[in-house]
Amino acid sequence: MLTMIGKRLMFAIPSLIGVVIVTFLLTRALPGDPAAYFAGPAASKEAIEQIRKKLGFDKPLIEQFFRYTNDLAHGDFGTSLTTGQPVATEIRNRLPASAELTLLGLIVSISIAIPLGVLAATRPGSWIDHLCRVTTTAGVSLPVFFTGLVLVYLFYFRLGWSPAPLGRLDVFYSAPPTVTGLYLIDALIAREFETFRSALSQLILPAATLAIFSLAPIARMTRASMLAVLASDFVRTARASGLSPSTVIVTYAFRNAMLPVITTLSMVFSFLLGANVLVEKVFAWPGIGSYAVEALISSDFAPVQGFVLTMAVMYVLLNLIIDILYGVIDPRVRLEG
Amino acid sequence: MTAQPLLDVHDLTVEFSTRRGIVKAVQNVNISVAKGETLGIVGESGSGKSVTSYAVMRILDRAGRIAEGSVMFSGIDVKAATENEMRDLRGREISMIFQNPRAALNPIRKVGDQIEDVLRQHVQSAASDRGEKAIEALEQVKIARPRERYHAYPFELSGGMCQRVVIALALACNPQLLIADEPTTGLDVTTQKAVMDLIVELTKRRHMSTILITHDLGLAAAYCDRVVVMEKGRVVETAKSADIFAKPEHAYTRKLMRATPRIGVSLRDLLPEEEGAQAPPPPSVMAGLDPAIHQSSNDSSSEAMDPRVKPGGDDITKPLLLVEKLVKEYPRQGASAVLSKLFSRKPPVEAEIFRAVDGISFTVGHGESVGLVGESGCGKSTTSMMVMRLLDQTSGRIAFDGEEIGAIMPQAFARLPLRKSIQMVFQDPTDSLNPRFTAARAIADPIMQLGDIRGRDALRARCEELAGLVGLPVNLLDRFPHQLSGGQKARVGIARAIALHPKLVILDEPTAALDVSVQAVVLNLLQDLKQSMGMSYLFVSHDLNVVRLLCDRVIVMRAGRIVEQGSSESVLGDPKDAYTKELLTAIPHPPLPVH
Repeated sequence: MLTMIGKRLMFAIPSLIGVVIVTFLLTRALPGDPAAYFAGPAASKEAIEQIRKKLGFDKPLIEQFFRYTNDLAHGDFGTSLTTGQPVATEIRNRLPASAELTLLGLIVSISIAIPLGVLAATRPGSWIDHLCRVTTTAGVSLPVFFTGLVLVYLFYFRLGWSPAPLGRLDVFYSAPPTVTGLYLIDALIAREFETFRSALSQLILPAATLAIFSLAPIARMTRASMLAVLASDFVRTARASGLSPSTVIVTYAFRNAMLPVITTLSMVFSFLLGANVLVEKVFAWPGIGSYAVEALISSDFAPVQGFVLTMAVMYVLLNLIIDILYGVIDPRVRLEG
Repeated sequence: MTAQPLLDVHDLTVEFSTRRGIVKAVQNVNISVAKGETLGIVGESGSGKSVTSYAVMRILDRAGRIAEGSVMFSGIDVKAATENEMRDLRGREISMIFQNPRAALNPIRKVGDQIEDVLRQHVQSAASDRGEKAIEALEQVKIARPRERYHAYPFELSGGMCQRVVIALALACNPQLLIADEPTTGLDVTTQKAVMDLIVELTKRRHMSTILITHDLGLAAAYCDRVVVMEKGRVVETAKSADIFAKPEHAYTRKLMRATPRIGVSLRDLLPEEEGAQAPPPPSVMAGLDPAIHQSSNDSSSEAMDPRVKPGGDDITKPLLLVEKLVKEYPRQGASAVLSKLFSRKPPVEAEIFRAVDGISFTVGHGESVGLVGESGCGKSTTSMMVMRLLDQTSGRIAFDGEEIGAIMPQAFARLPLRKSIQMVFQDPTDSLNPRFTAARAIADPIMQLGDIRGRDALRARCEELAGLVGLPVNLLDRFPHQLSGGQKARVGIARAIALHPKLVILDEPTAALDVSVQAVVLNLLQDLKQSMGMSYLFVSHDLNVVRLLCDRVIVMRAGRIVEQGSSESVLGDPKDAYTKELLTAIPHPPLPVH
């Protein structure tokens, strides 16, 4: 098992190197001059040139690259020009915010989408099947910023049930001592239940927005794969042996149907983690998505490179977890590993 | 017969609602099974025999329903029973075993757990000794080391072993009626015999009734008290099995019996009487539809063919295919090897080696057809794959038409001109066709890869010519595989194989998935093609009766070795080796051949 994990991580190294090279070149190829941006609109030519020199952008590309990789090897992701903070610190602070949001959104979405998909598959043509179809269609066709704004309008502005969509915590609370970086868990560890409540109430709306969006692929996949498994020979055997519908559906059909659903889950998760910029914007969420986009707009190379590299590492880890999960569910996979 | 039958199916009609309206899969079927009786339901695919049994258990899929008639099982009206009552009936009173045992088991659940699921459902034992009961059930179906097998997953077991598990599952709760739906299709003859004997032994001991659903008349005759013959959703004949073979009443029964390969008949005898005379048209007549194409092809082929056939006939010392001391080894993937692979960096102390093919030598002469028989796992498919250069052998030599092909890497062989001369027809006519290719495209594929016919019209003409040769109506050429019947798909596969005038065709169980009547036609077609094109066949099969009809010589393989080879007559008529004898006795024979 450990060897397998080690081997998988080894295989990921070439792709990570590729990511480093490509992001480095891409950021350099982008239009916009970071020195000019940094110097401000009123700066003189000389001032810009001076800054360029200070930042090392006057050096040949290859030298810049070597300096960059050397820094990387020492765990230095560089410093953001706009915030003046080291990129590593910022990502460390912001990644948990994104992860917490995405995870909660995904948990909510799984706990709705999977039962919905299973029920729709076991009762094709029933009202629940139609409900599933409507929900999934609505989920994909409503853009997240729209659902987000509607939720804010409804629950904050109209009903006043939820707090102002301004970040991870109400201004009156301070963040719990960092253990995992996820406020909900940290608050529980520190036994600060008021903080937990506040963090949760801040999380609900953005998480719901994400959940509505990610519901569709998961529910559809669950339904389709359940339908396929329910039509298979071994489900017929289970039925012919008189097993109760719950055993047939849960033990026989669902576990087999889980395999493609898990793959979908991993794709949805990694997509959400990096791509929920719009949600982060709407709810002023200090996540890495909005961080990367802001950096990109201001031609701030270091955070962009840091972001892409972080995402690549996340992808590798996520795929590894999925493969291990696959092995746990499907004994046939274990042998081939 | 007892007064009260255990199962009484009266006037049963089953309807399926499809896109094209309602289809009656079974119409006005009357079947009764007495206690302790074994009833055979025989018919070809689409005859409604499986649907009838599904209706009895009420496990028809959503689109199907019992439209008319009644099903009474020991006083219970199955049609009117609630779903809960039915659930108690299924598995405890009536249980079922299926075709394709591996697919019939949950692939990701241990077989022991699957048996326990049934025991738990029908409250057959206390939770504490359920495990023991499951092991006992495995023991009853004669699975060696049941305690170990309890923890096995279906993919770790052979097909025959899986079927035993399915039987254990079905009999775990001592039902009164067992419905066996093609329980041995796809299994080896000896496994088939073992499985059938096991079913009979277990059901007789428990005084159970059995319904055996099969397409194999021989099997039904050997194991059933009475036989019901079904055709297109209707029962055409019901009789004692001895009677039905002695004097079949219905024309369809006679046709089925004629088509069943057996001792003492020729290939032609398998075809229906009325069609026998004109049905296997010699290819020249078929191709005669288009005289121009036929003329040209015949000329070229006779020119090309004759010099090949003649030296083969004259020069006996030079066979078309020569295989010498062929060996294929695989590293054994035992549980211990896998474990050590997972948990330690060291390779297992001693890499165990499994010899799939263990030093075999044989030849195939020009224009000869050689049958390669044996049970699954005996290495016959591995051998054919090495000859095809789809697999690299461990050692040994393969010479084809005087050229050493054993040293050619499988990847390189596909591009050699020699590749044209060896073609293959696969077992499953459906799976071996690209579902996105039309029949014409499938047939044209080898020509486009290796042939010298270029241009759309020329290709089309060649495809039509080939279709004519294999008796495939030209208007079917533009259909996709799913729009063709099994026999038609088999013809496409054969047309594809002969498209490049091969010298050797490897036939890997080409008729195993076909109904007997279709098989009869396809076998005749193969025979005709061989004669008209001068090809050699390497016919891989487990069906000795088919081999007897089609092959000049037979090679019997077991566990990677050749145990016996010689002319079909001598090997199958007077076997010397004990294993060949065992294979031959395992074939179920219909009591009487019909003439």
